[in-house]
Amino acid sequence: MTEQPIHELTEAYRRTATTPTAVTESYLARIAELDGRIGGYLTITREQALRAAAESDARYRAGKPLGPLDGAPLVYKDVLCTRGVQTTCASRILEGFVPPYDATVVARLTAAGAVMLGKGNMDEFAMGSSTEYSAFRPTRNPWDLARVPGGSSGGPAAAVAAGLAVGGLGTDTGGSIRQPAAFCGIVGLKPTYGRVSRYGLVAFGSSLDQIGPFARDVTDAALLLGAIAGLDPCDSTSLEAPVPDYVATLSRGVKGLRLGIPDEYFIEGMDPEVERAVRAAVDVLRGLGATLEKVSLPTTRHALATYYVIAPAEASSNLARYDGVKYGLRAAGAKDLIEMSSRTRAAGFGAEVKRRIMLGTYVLSAGYYEAYYGRAQKVRTLVRRDFDTAFGRVELIVAPTTPNVAFKHGEKEDPLSMYLNDVFAVPANIAGLPAISVPCGFSAQGLPIGLQFIGKALDEPGVLRAAYAYEQATPWHARRPSLPS
Amino acid sequence: MITREAVLHVARLARLELSESELERMRAQLDAILTYIDRLKELDVTDVEPTSHAVPRVNVMRDDVVVPCLPQDEALRNAPDRVGEFFRVPRIIED
Repeated sequence: MTEQPIHELTEAYRRTATTPTAVTESYLARIAELDGRIGGYLTITREQALRAAAESDARYRAGKPLGPLDGAPLVYKDVLCTRGVQTTCASRILEGFVPPYDATVVARLTAAGAVMLGKGNMDEFAMGSSTEYSAFRPTRNPWDLARVPGGSSGGPAAAVAAGLAVGGLGTDTGGSIRQPAAFCGIVGLKPTYGRVSRYGLVAFGSSLDQIGPFARDVTDAALLLGAIAGLDPCDSTSLEAPVPDYVATLSRGVKGLRLGIPDEYFIEGMDPEVERAVRAAVDVLRGLGATLEKVSLPTTRHALATYYVIAPAEASSNLARYDGVKYGLRAAGAKDLIEMSSRTRAAGFGAEVKRRIMLGTYVLSAGYYEAYYGRAQKVRTLVRRDFDTAFGRVELIVAPTTPNVAFKHGEKEDPLSMYLNDVFAVPANIAGLPAISVPCGFSAQGLPIGLQFIGKALDEPGVLRAAYAYEQATPWHARRPSLPS
Repeated sequence: MITREAVLHVARLARLELSESELERMRAQLDAILTYIDRLKELDVTDVEPTSHAVPRVNVMRDDVVVPCLPQDEALRNAPDRVGEFFRVPRIIED
């Protein structure tokens, strides 16, 4: 029963074929057995999960479930605040921090009856593409334990792929949902900026961060998005637009849909197996009746550089709050406040977080602000214009999620080579657009490959519908890594 | 090229104590990353308006009414050091 997606699971609850408690117990048992090797979780909330499952049982017995997510056992990335449950961002500086409130997404899923199994591992403060930068332990890819699950939301992605949760939530500032979804062979969706409230998400790059679902299939992703999306008075950047029924429009197909293939997403140095799989996926879409057109997104070459100015700049400002005063770690023995903060931050942050803080502080500092930050914000406009132009001709863009499959632990020692992993993912963040990754095949070594659909702002129904049509026509999403069950 | 002095200056601004070995590694890595970022200079951005948020929103207002908020004790609960209703820090003002 740890194989079924949410929509089948809650259907089975309604038929009384099984119960939320029985399923939650199966997941907890599987976590106890396998997570030592996977490292998907930082905290397992066993008691809380069993309590929530028992309450869900009672609702089904009474014939009054809360909806299609009632009793679904989920994993939340440890960057999302959970009331009474330690939230660390996989950082020593927040070790022991127990939030006094729930993130809006957590509160909404709880209100929908979801069962939290625990908190997912991640790169420290969501900075990384491999989950090797977790201060506590790395996460391993369930398809090959020698490889990374991607990042920064590698814990939840690996947990969903390994059957240690039926679905979950990650966050995507520059690919951190889509890239691990691609590496782990599952579905990952980054919504339009503002579609989902960021309240209670520990901030990294505030103009880029979005929370989104990890799922076994597109239907589950649509269900989860429907539960977390919508205006929130606690996040002034959340959008007022009404939340459509994302499941209702899934099966409309792609017949007559105009899809754009950007030349710039097929670059020299990309893995030929990835290119082959994506081109084959394009053929499948054509076979389903979609019209394929070449489009050009000329600023793609500069998108990653733009990201590595804007995201660190915002991070350096956001992470100024970790000063040893209000929560988390404090270094002992300092003689004044500045020394206390500087030593606390030296001891509490890992190397990548320090790098980004330094980079961000540098590009914002006097004399460099205009040359770096000011210019990057203008290039951001050019990236947006590229998409605007393309969306004048096509309804969706289809592209690879990543240039390569999952790499080995320790393979990317140089920070820049790690950053280049997200070259196809960051443009959607820079432009604030919705984008999904769905499995589109496997390498000869059996490693998953991801296909990305990028839509216009608020066109989650469009990206979900195309992803669903592709998924239903192909067998990839049904494959599971061979771990003992 | 970014100098050692510039790295030290930025570290002070960022309230980040760097060890001697961290300092040189950081300098070299920042240098490589900034060299990559320099490709932004290839683009002509004359007369291009900056984008600070992908989805523009301005002045989101709410009614000026008191709503329940985090109780003081809960807000202080995670503090590494507190006295009564205050966060305690090393002395910042001389006697």
